[in-house]
Amino acid sequence: MDDATRARMGRLKWHCRRALLELDIVFQQFWAQHENGLDAPTETALTRLLALEDHDIWDLINGRAEIDDPELTELAESLRIHCVATPLEPR
Amino acid sequence: MSYTVRKFDAVIVGAGGAGLRAAIQLSEAGFKTAVLTKVFPTRSHTVAAQGGVAASLGNSEEDHWHWHMYDTVKGSDWLGDQDAIEFMCRKANEVVVELEHYGMPFDRLDNGKIYQRPFGGHMSNFGEKPVRRSCAAADRTGHAMLHAMYQRNVKVNTQFFVEWQALDLVRDADGDVQGVTAMDMETGEVVVFHAKATIFATGGAGRIYYSSTNAFINTGDGLGMAARAGIPLEDMEFWQFHPTGVAGAGVLITEGVRGEGGILRNSSGERFMERYAPNAKDLASRDVVSRAMVTEINEGRGCGPNKDFVLLDITHLDPATIMKRLPGIREIGLQFAGVDCIKEPLPVVPTCHYQMGGIPTNYRGEVVIGTDSTPVKGFYAAGECACASVHGANRLGTNSLLDLLVFGKSAGETAVEDLRKNPGAHKPLDTASIDRTLARLNRLNTQKGGSSVHETRLAMQRTMQKHAGVFRFDTLLKEGVTEILKVADDVARTEIKDKSNVFNTARIEALELDNLIEVAKATMISAEARKESRGAHVRDDALDTEETPNGRDDKNWLKHTLWHRDRNRLEYKPVQMKPMSVDTIELKKRAY
Ligand SMILES: Cc1cc2nc3c(=O)[nH]c(=O)nc-3n(C[C@H](O)[C@H](O)[C@H](O)COP(=O)(O)OP(=O)(O)OC[C@H]3O[C@@H](n4cnc5c(N)ncnc54)[C@H](O)[C@@H]3O)c2cc1C
Repeated sequence: MDDATRARMGRLKWHCRRALLELDIVFQQFWAQHENGLDAPTETALTRLLALEDHDIWDLINGRAEIDDPELTELAESLRIHCVATPLEPR
Repeated sequence: MSYTVRKFDAVIVGAGGAGLRAAIQLSEAGFKTAVLTKVFPTRSHTVAAQGGVAASLGNSEEDHWHWHMYDTVKGSDWLGDQDAIEFMCRKANEVVVELEHYGMPFDRLDNGKIYQRPFGGHMSNFGEKPVRRSCAAADRTGHAMLHAMYQRNVKVNTQFFVEWQALDLVRDADGDVQGVTAMDMETGEVVVFHAKATIFATGGAGRIYYSSTNAFINTGDGLGMAARAGIPLEDMEFWQFHPTGVAGAGVLITEGVRGEGGILRNSSGERFMERYAPNAKDLASRDVVSRAMVTEINEGRGCGPNKDFVLLDITHLDPATIMKRLPGIREIGLQFAGVDCIKEPLPVVPTCHYQMGGIPTNYRGEVVIGTDSTPVKGFYAAGECACASVHGANRLGTNSLLDLLVFGKSAGETAVEDLRKNPGAHKPLDTASIDRTLARLNRLNTQKGGSSVHETRLAMQRTMQKHAGVFRFDTLLKEGVTEILKVADDVARTEIKDKSNVFNTARIEALELDNLIEVAKATMISAEARKESRGAHVRDDALDTEETPNGRDDKNWLKHTLWHRDRNRLEYKPVQMKPMSVDTIELKKRAY
């Protein structure tokens, strides 16, 4: 990854730090699958998605809200699979 | 490594509820105020707060601040300072109405007044029966609150430094605070924010635990910075485990669900809270409910294949009520538990949620040190990072948002007063503390053969989860101290591969871990030392006797812990039992 790309990915990754744990879990899983960076359309869509408010992003991902924007809809739907229960510690 | 210096009257670290409220006070008074924040203000963790903010407005039924005060003292298991608690409860109506004027869209009753709902531990007439005291804006209370206060700040010209990470407190040889060192995430540039007043409002540190309702941002930076600068941390053994985190993911199911009629059930479908809290039942105080749940699980009445959770049942509620009053809950259940809560109960477990302890302050928001609570010149703190102490050993739901408003405002007001008294030039900067930041960054940039940030953080989280959970055991705590100090050694030698300067998330996370570990040490060491049960700190060896009700030993332990980073020294200071105007709420056994 060149410096410019790394900087862009770093910024996007940081913008995935959100106020809701729900989103942190989703984006953590997402980045684990995209360690080598994103293709251009995903990068553009993610940048736009991250400009929304936390609750709105979460509502798009969980399907409670819809948006008249095929790119964001597709990205949000693809993120839904990342709503996993991180395994609990053995007690 | 070089740095530049920028001068302000006041610098506030944190743009959540507490920081934004403090900033309004300073900017309105005309002081040049900088607010630093790791994330855009309205993405601060306060956004996650759904349940509401407590105020005895009495819009639906009779209520009184004195009842609220009683509940808060009792909820705190008498560890809360009664002067600060009176101050907070009396101020509640004022700050909530102010927030309304800033544009907060509270839910309304038909008569136009703010809608209020019941919440755990909030009772009428000195503990008689649940009362409607929580004011909310649907499930977006925190979010709406931040928006209203951010807009207000923009209007009064607060200067925001967004995506800046404060690194260390600048404290001179006299012990006075002169600002902070910080890094611009966009460039990696280090800047000293030189200020006459420094307010910490950096939020909690719930990520020290493996299973937490807190977002990843809650890394206790303010506490780490304070500890490194020689400020003790107060009552860090007290962590609230919220009864209803979704089993596995940790995502919070708001207590509002029980406020609207949700019921906890064990494997045989029994509403077990009736046995533990005959009066308040599912709406007893959080520590009481969490303990009851863990007892049910430990005694084999848990649910699921591993019998390791209980159920939160709202299937008897009208789906329309669920959708209207508890929007979003259904989706959380569907996505993180695969359960539709309209038809089936939700699997829940007690999950780390809130830190009652923090940077010691008084009700004026001044940071205070020593057993006689001497203010540190130029240093203030508010919100979850601070310990005023209103929550004592256990916080009541909706009292945190109230804490942000009351003590954010109070810290801001006190800073304004002090700035007015001290109109002269800034004291010359103490460079020794700046050098310490630079040395820390340099160490991280040059470390070879060091430890992984990810692995070390995980080791810390697992240690905390195993050794300092809902129930605490002497041997586990003792081992926990040894373990966490070992982890701390690894934190001192973390290595990052990426040394770039622009949005280097690896570096940011390494620096956050430096803060988390201070909180983890403070927690484990303070918990090991406290040989009683009180509120959220529950030891299995603290016996329930007439002299020590529920294991609470007032003769020896009615006192605040102060942990010092230097040699992990502990000291203790008395609890303020004297309120401002009313009689002391006398010690008694806590029952709901
Ligand atoms: C899921 C959830 C639901 C909750 N619901 C309720 C509720 O209904 N009612 C209630 O009363 N309480 C609730 N709480 C608790 C309450 O939300 C928090 O205690 C409170 O919001 C903390 O606010 P704060 O202003 O102290 O910090 P935060 O809102 O966490 O803000 C911290 C700020 O500090 C900044 N910051 C931190 N470190 C640095 C650094 N090094 N440099 C620069 N900036 C930094 C961050 O960017 C952020 O702006 C809830 C908590 C959780 C986890």
